[in-house]
Amino acid sequence: MRIFHYWFALWGIVFRELLRFVKQKERFLSALVRPLIWLFVFAAGFRAALGIAIIPPYETYILYEVYITPGLIGMIQLFNGMQSSLSMVYDREMGSMRILLVSPLPRWYLLLCKLSAGVFVSILQVYVFLGIAWFYEIQAPLEGYLYLLPALMLSGLMLGALGLLLSSFIKQLENFAGVMNFVIFPMFFMSTALYPLWKLKESSTWLYKIAEYNPFSQAVEFLRFALYAQLNEQAFVYTAAAFMLFLILAIIGYNPSKGMMKRKGR
Amino acid sequence: MNAKLLLSSVLLIVATTSVAETIFVSLEKDNAIAVVDPIAGKLIKTVNIGQRPRGIKISPDGQSLYIATSDDDTVLELDANTLAVKSKLPSGEDPETFAINSLGTRMYVSNEDDNQITVIDLQSKKAIATIAVGVEPEGIAVSPDNQWIVSASETTNMVHWIDANTHEIKANTLVDPRPRALSFSADGRELWVTSEIDGTLMVIDVATKEITQRINFAVPGLGQDKIQPVGVVVDDIHQWAYVALGPANRVAVVNAQTYQVEKYLLVGARVWNLAFSPDQLRLYTTNGVSHDISIIDLAEHKVTKSIAVGRYPWGVAVKP
Repeated sequence: MRIFHYWFALWGIVFRELLRFVKQKERFLSALVRPLIWLFVFAAGFRAALGIAIIPPYETYILYEVYITPGLIGMIQLFNGMQSSLSMVYDREMGSMRILLVSPLPRWYLLLCKLSAGVFVSILQVYVFLGIAWFYEIQAPLEGYLYLLPALMLSGLMLGALGLLLSSFIKQLENFAGVMNFVIFPMFFMSTALYPLWKLKESSTWLYKIAEYNPFSQAVEFLRFALYAQLNEQAFVYTAAAFMLFLILAIIGYNPSKGMMKRKGR
Repeated sequence: MNAKLLLSSVLLIVATTSVAETIFVSLEKDNAIAVVDPIAGKLIKTVNIGQRPRGIKISPDGQSLYIATSDDDTVLELDANTLAVKSKLPSGEDPETFAINSLGTRMYVSNEDDNQITVIDLQSKKAIATIAVGVEPEGIAVSPDNQWIVSASETTNMVHWIDANTHEIKANTLVDPRPRALSFSADGRELWVTSEIDGTLMVIDVATKEITQRINFAVPGLGQDKIQPVGVVVDDIHQWAYVALGPANRVAVVNAQTYQVEKYLLVGARVWNLAFSPDQLRLYTTNGVSHDISIIDLAEHKVTKSIAVGRYPWGVAVKP
């Protein structure tokens, strides 16, 4: 195998995902509308909800919209990661997965390509969302938008890998509703996306603990600091470790002789 | 060697940018003043000063810092560099706010309980006159040409126009309930006055002594009862005015040309008094209940930082 083949496979998979994304205008719109509704409707009602406490990376008092924005970026990537996993189930049902997996390239590489394609699409969505938020006076320092890019790549890969891992368990498309109920919603609500940890601690200690160790929280905090041109080392290490773990499990999961494919592949 | 050189040049840059200006904040409950480096964004130190410090101002030459220690019934004069007490001025009872003329020769102190203004000669450090005014005088200011002393009586709801030479009240302007603070525009043509109870800002024409503009505030999602304007300042080029809205935790940005409110900036809880940096690129606010001050970047109209300073920050003065 030459490097050219690797590049060709990556391009093919990313291009297919992009094509799918561009063709499905509703998907783009709904991916954008979801966080915007949270921002304009939900957050508007809680403008002063945070009370008085300044938490890093913020250096002064902020409106709830400002707080929730990194959480909504995380939400875009979470949904995107799960949607990619949905498309994997679809691909499997339609047979295109078979075409992909018979390629002579290593399976882990093909899965990574698939992940990267999803992340690429999610980054486009995030920047469009931030562009709209800018006009709503939610503005981070300019360099923060640059720092955000590598952070988005890592958090996107982590959430995508989680989606991939889940998709190896899902047999049929219909089961995606279960993913919504048992993965997306708990992960999103039991995290720092909507409320800071100290606020969660006020209501319940166990919720605080879950939120603290929730990989989605760590991804959101990583993004939050990056948006303000800062590095949250703990969140970075946690997110990177979670990515590796999910990826390894997903690769095992997609191995026909070992993983879940064997279990349900008939 | 190179690393050392680099380090020392970095330190030099940090040091030179850090000495741009110093801000002093009176801490009503800590009986102290906080000294803050606003460029580094750090509290440098807290100095015990006297009972219940409130009004705080720098002399026009920048050499003296005056602080009204209300429960000690005096206005302290400190050396602005060393913070050593230079004198205790005979302010009369319970001084809260005061104003200094642009020559630095006279100080005018509001004595809220006695319904009077005490005039102090800053050279001899003696009280040379008292002027009877309305009930509960608070906000006080001197016109840029030193002709007028204006005093706002909180209960009488009046602005008194006192001739600075004769110390006689020449005119009164009836204003909205509980006037708190007042500030002249740099050209001396307008006087901006806040009303705490009605939540309004009034602009008075100095020539006619009549209200020419009345500005209302409405912060989305916040009850009108929370809007209690206190401190007000107008920039030297008469482009913007800034009003501290008290428990609304916002500073209103008012276009001084159109008299329209253009923006509300979120700061700490119960924002009280305001002061410009000498170059008017920043505005400092004291946030009484959240025990901090906020720094506003005036080029962008953005709050850049809030710094914890101590209990109940009341007033703020800036030393160039």
